Amino acid sequence: MKTPVLKVENLFVTVKDQSGLNQVVKGISFVLNKGECLGILGESGSGKSITMKAIIGILDSSFSVSGEAIYNGKNLIGAPQKYLRKLRGQKITLVMQHPMACFDPLFSIEKQMKETLRTHTSMADDEMEKKLLDILNFMCIRQPDEVLKKYPHQLSGGMLQRVMIGLALVMDPDIIIADEPTTAIDAITQYEIIQEFLRIKNQRGKSIVFISHDIGVISAVADKVLVMNQGCVVDQGKLDEIIKNASDPYTRQLIRTRNKITQKYEESVKRSI
Amino acid sequence: MIVYIIKRILVSILLIFAVTFICFVFINMIPSDPAEVVLRVRQTPIITEEAIKEVTQALGLDDPYFIRYLKWLRNCLRLDFGVSYINPSRTVWGEFTRTLPDTILLALSSLIIVIIVSIPTGFFCAIFKDSLFDRVVRILVFATTSMPAYVVGLLLMWLISYRLKLLPTSGSGGFRHIIMPSITIAMTYISTYIRLIRNNMLENMKEDYVVYAKVRGLNPWRISIFHILKNSLQSCMVAIGMSIPQLISGTMVVENVFAWPGLGKLCIASIFNRDYPIIQLYILFVGILFVLFNLIFDILQHLADPRIRSLS
Repeated sequence: MKTPVLKVENLFVTVKDQSGLNQVVKGISFVLNKGECLGILGESGSGKSITMKAIIGILDSSFSVSGEAIYNGKNLIGAPQKYLRKLRGQKITLVMQHPMACFDPLFSIEKQMKETLRTHTSMADDEMEKKLLDILNFMCIRQPDEVLKKYPHQLSGGMLQRVMIGLALVMDPDIIIADEPTTAIDAITQYEIIQEFLRIKNQRGKSIVFISHDIGVISAVADKVLVMNQGCVVDQGKLDEIIKNASDPYTRQLIRTRNKITQKYEESVKRSI
Repeated sequence: MIVYIIKRILVSILLIFAVTFICFVFINMIPSDPAEVVLRVRQTPIITEEAIKEVTQALGLDDPYFIRYLKWLRNCLRLDFGVSYINPSRTVWGEFTRTLPDTILLALSSLIIVIIVSIPTGFFCAIFKDSLFDRVVRILVFATTSMPAYVVGLLLMWLISYRLKLLPTSGSGGFRHIIMPSITIAMTYISTYIRLIRNNMLENMKEDYVVYAKVRGLNPWRISIFHILKNSLQSCMVAIGMSIPQLISGTMVVENVFAWPGLGKLCIASIFNRDYPIIQLYILFVGILFVLFNLIFDILQHLADPRIRSLS
C-alpha cells in the first residue's frame, strides 16, 4: 500500500523580470509516495529546480507561486515562512548542486552543522557532536572528527557533498530533495554519491526527489520518472516504460540522443580494443 | 603564521627606509636655499653672502647629499629631528608630540562615528533594498560624496554654530568642540562605507551559501548578521585598514577650517613658513603610518579568514 507524502497539484511559478512576466512552471502535478524515489528529468531551464524551490518556499519575492503542495495535510504554497522554516532542514531537506559554494567559508563544518541542529532542536553540545559523528560515519567519511574541524575550502567537492547529504539526513526527514547533486563532481565520486542515495532509500526508507538532466543517473536511482520540458510535465511513469514508448516527442529526442552517445562510446571502446 | 609575520615586519622596515629616502630627496628638491629661507623667516634685516654661508655651515647643508641623508637618518633613529627653523627654541619632536594627541583624538572620534553610522545603515540598506529608506540614503550618499570636506564643514558651521548657536565654531577645549570637525571628517568616509557594505552584502546575498542557509531552515536575521554581514565586513577590512592612516593624515583640511590645534594645522603652517624639518617629519610620519596599518590589517585578515590563513 502506497502512502503519499507529498502531493503537488497544478503548480504554477511566474517570475517578474525586465522583460515582464514569464511563466517558468506551467501547471505541474505529481505525487511522491513514502519510501519512493521520484526522478525529475529535464534539460537546464526546464523548471525542475524552480519547482522544488517553490515547494519549500525559498524563492525570492520576484517569483509568484500558485497551486497546491500538500504535505502532512497542509498546503505549503503560501504557508507562513515561520512554518516553512521549521520544515526546512528538519522534515524536508535539500541537497544542492555546488557543494563547494554552499558552505559559509568563514565557519568550520562543525559550526555550520551544529547551527542547523540548534535551529531545530534543543540538544546539548555533546549530544549534537555524537549525532554528527554518527551521521558522518554512515556517510562513509573517514576520520569524521577531523572533517568536522575543517573549513569548507579544505575539503573536496565530493567530501562536502557527503557532508551535505549527511546534514540532509541527520534530522531524520520525511523528504530529501536532491537538486542535481552529481553535476558538479567528477565521475568516480558521482558513482559513489549515487550509491549513497540508494543506501539512504533502501536502508532508511526515505522518500527522495532526485533532480537531474542525466538519464544514466536517473535510471540508477529513480523508481518513477517525471520528464519536464519548458515548465511542463511531458512524460510520467516508470523509466523503462518511458524509454520503450515515450509519448512525447521531446522525451523521444532525449532518449535518442542518449542512445546515440552510448553507441558512439561503445564503438570507440570496441575500436580501441 | 609567525614566519609570515616576521617576514612582513622585515619587508615593512625596508619599505620605511625607502619612504624616508624618497621623502628626503623630495624635500631637498624644493628650489629654494634652506639657509636663505631660515634667514628670511628669522627676519634678518640684510641677507649677506657671509650670513648664508654661516647658516649653511650651522645646518650642515654643505655636506654631500648622501651623507646628509645618513646623518638625518641617524638622527631620526635617535628621535632627534632638529629644531624648528622659525622658532629655534622649539624642537621638531616637541612640536610633533604636542600636536599629535589632538589629531589622534579627532581621527579616533571620526572613526567611531564612521563605524557606528555606516555598518548599520549599509546593513539595512541591503536588507531593505529599494525601499524608501534605501533610496533616501542613496541620495544622501551621492550628495555627500560629491561635496568636499571643507564645504561640508563650512555648511555645518553656518547652520549649527551661526544660525542655531548650538556649538562653538572653532578651537578645541571640550567635548562640544570636537563634534563638528569629527562629523565633517566622518561624512566622506560614511558615504563610502555605506556604499561598500551595501554592495558587498547584495553581492553575498546571491551566493549559494545563503540559499543553503535558507534551506537549512535558519532564521533570516541570523543569516543576515552572522553569515552575510560577516562575509561582507571581511572584504571591507582592508579598506578600513587603509582608511585609518588616511583619517589621521586627512584631518589637515578640516583642522584648518575648524582651527583645531592638531598635526595638520601645524603642517600647513610649516608649509607656509618653509619650516622644512617639520614638513619632513610629517611626511615620514604619514609614510610610517601607512606601512604600519597595512601590516596590522594584513595580519588581522590572516587571523580572521581561514582561506588566507591556510595559504601561508
